[in-house]
Amino acid sequence: MVTAKTAAAIDRMKRRIEDMGVLSISGIRKEFPGVVALDNVQLKIRPGTVHALMGENGAGKSTLMKIIAGIYQPDAGEILLRGQPVTLKSPLDALEQGISMIHQELALMNSRTVAENIWIRREPKNGFGLIDHGKLFAMTQELFDRLNIKLDPKAQVADLTVAQKQMVEIAKAVSHDSDVLIMDEPTSAITEKEVEHLFTIIRDLRARGVGIVYITHKMNELFEIADEFTVFRDGKYVGTHSAKDVTRDDIIRMMVGREITDMFPKIDCPIGEVMLEVRNLDLPGVFHDISFQIRKGEILGLAGLVGSKRSNVAEALFGVTPAASGEILIEGKPVQIRSPREAMDHGIAFLTEDRKETGCFLILDCLENIQMALITRDHATAGFVDQKTVAKLAEDMAARLRVKTPNLSERVENLSGGNQQKLLIARWLLTKPRILILDEPTRGIDVGAKSEIHRLITGLAAEGVAVLMISSELPEVLGMSDRIMVMHEGHLAGFLDRAEADQVKIMDLAAR
Amino acid sequence: MSNATVQPSANAAKSQRRLPPEANILLVLVGISLVFEILGWMTQGQSFLFSWQRLSIMILQVSVIGIISVGVTQVIITGGIDLSSGSVVGGVAMFAMSFAQVSTYARAVYPSLTDLPAIVPILLGLGFGAMVGFVNGWLIAFTKIPPFIATLGTMVTVRGFAKWYTKGQPVSFPTEGFASIGKGMMPVLIFIAVAIIFHIAMKYTRYGKFTYAIGANMQAARVSGINVERHLIKVYVVAAVLAALAGMVVAARGQTAQAGMGLAYELDAIAMAVIGGVSLSGGRGSIIGTAIGMVIFGVIISGFTFLRLDAYYQEMIKGVIIVAAVVADVHRQKKRVKKS
Repeated sequence: MVTAKTAAAIDRMKRRIEDMGVLSISGIRKEFPGVVALDNVQLKIRPGTVHALMGENGAGKSTLMKIIAGIYQPDAGEILLRGQPVTLKSPLDALEQGISMIHQELALMNSRTVAENIWIRREPKNGFGLIDHGKLFAMTQELFDRLNIKLDPKAQVADLTVAQKQMVEIAKAVSHDSDVLIMDEPTSAITEKEVEHLFTIIRDLRARGVGIVYITHKMNELFEIADEFTVFRDGKYVGTHSAKDVTRDDIIRMMVGREITDMFPKIDCPIGEVMLEVRNLDLPGVFHDISFQIRKGEILGLAGLVGSKRSNVAEALFGVTPAASGEILIEGKPVQIRSPREAMDHGIAFLTEDRKETGCFLILDCLENIQMALITRDHATAGFVDQKTVAKLAEDMAARLRVKTPNLSERVENLSGGNQQKLLIARWLLTKPRILILDEPTRGIDVGAKSEIHRLITGLAAEGVAVLMISSELPEVLGMSDRIMVMHEGHLAGFLDRAEADQVKIMDLAAR
Repeated sequence: MSNATVQPSANAAKSQRRLPPEANILLVLVGISLVFEILGWMTQGQSFLFSWQRLSIMILQVSVIGIISVGVTQVIITGGIDLSSGSVVGGVAMFAMSFAQVSTYARAVYPSLTDLPAIVPILLGLGFGAMVGFVNGWLIAFTKIPPFIATLGTMVTVRGFAKWYTKGQPVSFPTEGFASIGKGMMPVLIFIAVAIIFHIAMKYTRYGKFTYAIGANMQAARVSGINVERHLIKVYVVAAVLAALAGMVVAARGQTAQAGMGLAYELDAIAMAVIGGVSLSGGRGSIIGTAIGMVIFGVIISGFTFLRLDAYYQEMIKGVIIVAAVVADVHRQKKRVKKS
């Protein structure tokens, strides 16, 4: 019998949880040798809300999330889960107490199936105590149906695209039915269409009462999906507000403590002769009949959804995986590009999409990272690197790009994402490229570094460099490009001029 | 999270250099030496360290494998492994020695090719090593099979060659010239020369920088314009040539070559590198570290002998030390991952 009294008590408790939040943390402090990563920060997540956590790289967002997910232990402070103080000893402990996390770096087992990845440690068993694969795949299919994910549960994770892997990660986190779900930059590897899908999933979870912590650098996502947001700056709590009450500029001001007047400062500069011309480039099964031109001083934006094979075209131009047929002309002369080395000989530079996988030498220091491309061609006598000259060049370039590091003997793994990206740009600028290919130049980096990189790119164009810029962020493509080339599933979908282009027209071409 | 922007002059100059990783390994060496010193006074009533004879024997014992270890270090820094070096020692010992015999010996392998100047067998031996290294490197770079398997294959094949070459007969009686590369402290001098050359190469040349780059991130190395395949071949050739050199030193010292020579040397060489801080996951380590690792290895063996510990125990303890060194490396990696 539920008496009126107990009903009222339950009601009070519910309200209390609403009020306290499903997860409430306060006074958290975390120090690393020489650095205070978090200083007396607080965060309150209400059930059934999406709470965005904002801040520049290095603001302490990821550190706090790692504390909530049980990866780090705080030096001080209190964590209340459903109103009860808890200690989260390990990721497994956090998971069992109802907190799951989707990491920024994908952490799936490549050689296992999608289903095995999702249900690891929780596989259904048959009568012999062995894994019941039939049931495993059925459970996965059920989960995918619920989330409207179109993936084969039996597919090998290694065969999936980055975006599909991200979807598997999300499904895995959802499958735990946690009270708190942490998403660290879930959209950094996926395109607009998949972002929409993700948002549908998030709204569904929100309706079920899950408290969602959402870390992002993308402002428009914040306004689209978040109910509340908290801003951190340099390891300190700045404030919590309802997303309805503020503007984009307010948030940027809170994050950086200064105003960014122009997010995409494209300078108009004279556009010269044709620098690079590509005719009928073809790689069977990947991309087909790609033709375009880039002039000196021109920024050609390349847009397209995941699976449009944008990056493959860039890789072909740089000789990583050369095209099977077609012509590449530089300043009107046909050239052969069969390896990165040959591409560099023609003055091409290529900033790859994935700075951890194909960009940085994480365990080497900044100097080695900056100089590596340069010394493959220049500044060596009888094999001995002219280290004095090269170090000077590298230091000047790092200073020009405002790379934040105590010194260049710092290991790159200790730098923030934005600084790693600047370091890689420095690596390529040292080779004095005539043609610069940038694949997602500002993915996963903070607002301040982003606008610095934008200014740098447009500055290079002004010096006469021909730039090909691939990006999944439409405002970036629209703001930076003189012309926009759109690809759709390995084919050219069309070109748009700066004046006529807008998000709708691009998506129209990209999605068909 | 330090926010000081790099200033070309001021900040770089006052950069606080951390202690090099070699310092820790050196500390381990000092610690182990002191333990033996104390145990020495306690059980034997004499000093372990202050015996020139003991130290010179110790360093002689390890420097042959030290030569191999300098090459293996470079292979491990690329993220690979070389299991063939012990077999190369045996194969090259047999092969080179057969061109280094004196004419007064009636049963020379090539009776018409005796009393040759020492340079001939040496070059032939190094060439043989280069060939094995090329095969290793080519297999790893172009067929993409794991280095473990590729070098396991050449290990077995080259050992087979060593046995087949003279149908198991030892090859003896080298010329004075050839024998001189193993005489007295020559092996130690050769080790020192090799270590200095490759210390310089690894630190100041493209060769070294590319080796570290490939071990740190092979994809990034390729995109930076490094010809990864060609470079891997170079590194495996260097490793096998150094193993060949070690093989000739051993043969010259013993004045005889046998097919079983160098058995399991590859494991000791790998162990020295790992004890010296070379990371099995690639990209990290140095020749100096390996040299210290070699001395630690020598101190332990010589220390056990000094304490009159049974040879069987010595081997078992050696195994434990190798595992401990790898555990220490893995532990360092873990700490690194947690930090980032």
